Order: sequence, then C-alpha cells, then structure tokens
Amino acid sequence: MNSLLRRSLFPIYSNTLKLSCRSFADVGVKEKIDTIVKNNKVVVFMKGVPDAPRCGFSNAVVQIMRMHAVPYDSHDVLSDEDLRQGIKDHSNWPTIPQVFINGEFVGGCDIMLQMHQSGELIEELKKVGIKSALLTAEESKKEEQK
Amino acid sequence: MSILLRPGVHRIHRNMSAMSGVVESTIRSKLLQSLEAKHLDVINESYMHNVPKGAETHFKVVVVSDKFEGLPLIKRHRLVNDLLKDELQSGVHALSIVAKTPEQWEKSDKVVESSPNCKGGFGK
Repeated sequence: MNSLLRRSLFPIYSNTLKLSCRSFADVGVKEKIDTIVKNNKVVVFMKGVPDAPRCGFSNAVVQIMRMHAVPYDSHDVLSDEDLRQGIKDHSNWPTIPQVFINGEFVGGCDIMLQMHQSGELIEELKKVGIKSALLTAEESKKEEQK
Repeated sequence: MSILLRPGVHRIHRNMSAMSGVVESTIRSKLLQSLEAKHLDVINESYMHNVPKGAETHFKVVVVSDKFEGLPLIKRHRLVNDLLKDELQSGVHALSIVAKTPEQWEKSDKVVESSPNCKGGFGK
C-alpha cells in the first residue's frame, strides 16, 4: 500500500531514485545471492514458503524435496522484488523456482522433476553428502527381502 | 501431483490454438525454425491461472529436435529459454519445457504431464 501510494504520488522521484540506486542494489543482491547459495548444500528460490507455496511449480519442487527428505534453505522471491529479479539475472534463467546444489544452479521445476524420475537427483544429493530418504527406503526394503 | 494428459487431449489444445494467440504462434515459429523441431506442441496453460480469458502468460512447450543430441537437460532448456527471451521478458510468465531428442521421443510414451495447479501467486 505504501509503495503504491509513493509510486502514484512521486513517479519522477522514485524513478530517479531507482536509476541512481540500481547499480548499488545490483551489487548488493548479487553478493547476497552468492552468500545464500554457498551457505547451504541445497537452496530453493521459490514463490511462497515450503509450508505454503504460492505457485504450482514451486509446490512441485517442495514436494520432491520432501519425498527425498532433503534439508534445504528456501527463499521467497515474492517478498523481495530485488531477489526475484536478482536470482533470474544470477542464473540467467527466466523462471522461478530455482534449485541450487552446492552453490550451483541445477534447474527449475521441470528439470527437478526429471532428475527425480530418472534417479539422477539421488546421485546429485549423494555427491554433496545427503542421503535421499528414497534411497534409505529402498535399502531397508532390500534388507527385508534378504 | 499431476494429472496425466492423453495425447488426444493435447490435440484439442492444438486445434484451439489455430484461432488464438499471437505469442503462441511466435513461440511456435521460433522453435520450429531455430530448432528444426520434429515434433512441437505449444500449449497455452494460462487458463489454469488467475489471468484474463485469452491471456498468453503461461505456456508449456514440447520440443523434439536433433539439436538436443548430446546436450544435458539444463543446456536444452537454456537453448529454448534463449530463443524465447523476448517473449519471457514481455509477458510470458511461466514456461514449462519438455525437450527430447527424436530417439528419446520415440522411446517415450509420448505422454506429457500437465503442469501443476496454480497456487495463486501470480501477479503478487
């Protein structure tokens, strides 16, 4: 509401402000993202939060993470416009959600879904020392059969 | 999580597209030309979201091309994203991509799952 008011009342003011601040903001958000993706093995940039995703694609990624019982850090881009644009620029990827493993951009919803289906996700998680719950379940099943 | 769409359902969408969508036909021609797609579906999924009727904001594309040969998934997606850069910057808000080589497409069941349901975050 506040920002709406400001925008309609002082369009020129806010435009010049945005222009002059842009370069600083860009640097700021870039550094912030670099830190975020390096601080955790798995990071998800999404719309909403894991308990209440605000987009079906983000929800799908949350569900996949849940199935594998992956601990991850999530960031809601809807609550931070700089982050929303910043993450797209950072990965050169136009859509949300975005998943990072070990600081590296892995993909969005489609890619996560395919990696999940092909078993590749289990392997990628293994590389960073995370054991997928699906793998654990599979192993205990085999154990029972013995 | 998602409902399976039979190929027949897609055919309906394709027929519908004949009478709609400037953006949709731009996407179609760009992918056809640049990727020499052997099979191409451009599905306007905007109706699944909280947008005006006839909107062109949410798309799913199914592209089968020789140009994907030897490329990991992420590079295939980047290829498609780059081709549709202008559209993505000017109104196309969601783009779901299925990118296969002709061989992969033949081996697959040629069934593409529909995108997950909207959770209302669009435009917020």
